[in-house]
Amino acid sequence: MDDLYRDHILDHYKRPRNFGELEPHDLERAEHNPLCGDELGVHIRVADGRIEDLRFYGHGCAISQAAASIASEELKGMELTEAATLDADWMLDLLGIPISATRRKCALLGLKVVRGAVSGDSSWPEQSR
Amino acid sequence: MPQAVSGLAPAGASLAVRQDFPILGRRLGGKPLIYLDSAATSQKPNAVIDAVADYMRHHNANVHRGVYPLAAESDAAYEGARTRIAAFTGSQAPQWTTVFTRNVTEAINLVAASWGRANIGPGDAVLITEMEHHANVVPWQMLCTERGAELRYLAIDEHGQLSLEALQDELDRGDVKLVSFTHVSNVLGTINPVADITQRIRTAGAISFVDGAQAVPHMPVDVATLGADFYGWTGHKAVGPTGIGVLHGRTDVMEAMQPFMTGGDMIASVDLFSATWNELPYKFEAGTPAIAEAVGLGAAVDYLSAVGMERVRDHERALTGYMLTRLAEIPGLTVVGPQDAGARSGLAAFTIDGMHPHDIAELAGRAGVCIRAGHHCAQPLMRRLGLAATARASVGIYTEAWEIDALIDALVAGRAVFED
Ligand SMILES: Cc1ncc(COP(=O)(O)O)c(C=O)c1O
Repeated sequence: MDDLYRDHILDHYKRPRNFGELEPHDLERAEHNPLCGDELGVHIRVADGRIEDLRFYGHGCAISQAAASIASEELKGMELTEAATLDADWMLDLLGIPISATRRKCALLGLKVVRGAVSGDSSWPEQSR
Repeated sequence: MPQAVSGLAPAGASLAVRQDFPILGRRLGGKPLIYLDSAATSQKPNAVIDAVADYMRHHNANVHRGVYPLAAESDAAYEGARTRIAAFTGSQAPQWTTVFTRNVTEAINLVAASWGRANIGPGDAVLITEMEHHANVVPWQMLCTERGAELRYLAIDEHGQLSLEALQDELDRGDVKLVSFTHVSNVLGTINPVADITQRIRTAGAISFVDGAQAVPHMPVDVATLGADFYGWTGHKAVGPTGIGVLHGRTDVMEAMQPFMTGGDMIASVDLFSATWNELPYKFEAGTPAIAEAVGLGAAVDYLSAVGMERVRDHERALTGYMLTRLAEIPGLTVVGPQDAGARSGLAAFTIDGMHPHDIAELAGRAGVCIRAGHHCAQPLMRRLGLAATARASVGIYTEAWEIDALIDALVAGRAVFED
């Protein structure tokens, strides 16, 4: 079994959760992966300061699509203030696979657009450990 | 479906040069290194590595300044490389001037700035094509924006080729002052009919720039016969070092141009508030040049000449035919560009249904096969093709058929990972 392309990763890649467009939405953000030019965007609907619903759209590799799909399940219901502070560790732990330096941006692109949508932060998520 | 060109050397043929490239003896993770990314950069033979080291060990001194014997050796090494490089591409002095740059990107920027600013203005047009590398797009965008000129694109057809009729239509509009196009596409593999194109450009009274980055390493190139006014290429793809590129230009055109960068070496004399320019090619080589790298590129063209560029082209053409035939065995795989190996250079960019190119390259890499994935610095072309990215395998002088077989095996195994 491949350590990167584990079953759960491939499952989220082939059957991504919360993918498509969300209308109406309150927040949105789209960005390109500088490595390959792939685009990933997010639509977020807000209620009571929380992420009531969200959808990712765009295209990408198995790592970026699976990361966005897995993150989307955790993000639903999360307070915006919390979502704004999520770091790279959160995403990499959720993914649960070893991510090499060359694929880091693929893994973190979904979180980056979410943070951009909720707080306007356009930096790459940092790793704290 | 792609077909191998018949009558060429059988698969398995090789130029028997692998032992000249020390890196190809490496093993990574217990597997032999299979390098199919020569379109990004080529590997280097001992002849080049040794020439750079020998220059640094025994002949190093600044050029064009010293009167002592060591400086004369350094001058001879640097200028000797220039002369041999010019001969290699059929662009000898005095009709042609050969300028060292950092890479082809700088060669294009040089012409866009020095020729473009003086000759392009409002109402003029610069024509490029849909198959250009960003290096041959962005400098012209900047120039046209700055000068209030129009940038237009020559379309590619469904086979990834340019149409001479469409070119003629563009030229007949009467406003095109410069046409810049690639000799060989780094994504489609298309070999453009350069001489036919430059002849039309010349007849229309416009100037031509040809980007030879993907041509010089892979086939005989004779700039005079190709008829371009400017021809640029990059050393690191042609078994030479990084940091060294070449601009060949028509001497009469370059005489009339202002310098690109200014400073030492490129001046004749400097007063407090003005300066006069050195003669060609030094007018375009400000500051201490990449001497060791130029010497290395001189060794690279000697090496390529010794192997023979006709042989290189024949070998790579046979390999390309073989690669296209074998790639066609993989279900869901689509190669972009011309389907005939005779019309293309030694690379194949492709997609596989249900797999992102990144994942294709990642899985190939785990099998020791180095291929590239992404937009290959050609986003306008990718958009035209309706693709975000492709995987790309590219061959070089040292590539052998068994490596293509290893690529196919890796792709088949990779596909299995993604199958439901
Ligand atoms: C067709 C083409 N033009 C230009 C370039 C740019 O070369 P360099 O980065 O050496 O300037 C490349 C290489 O990537 C290329 O393939």
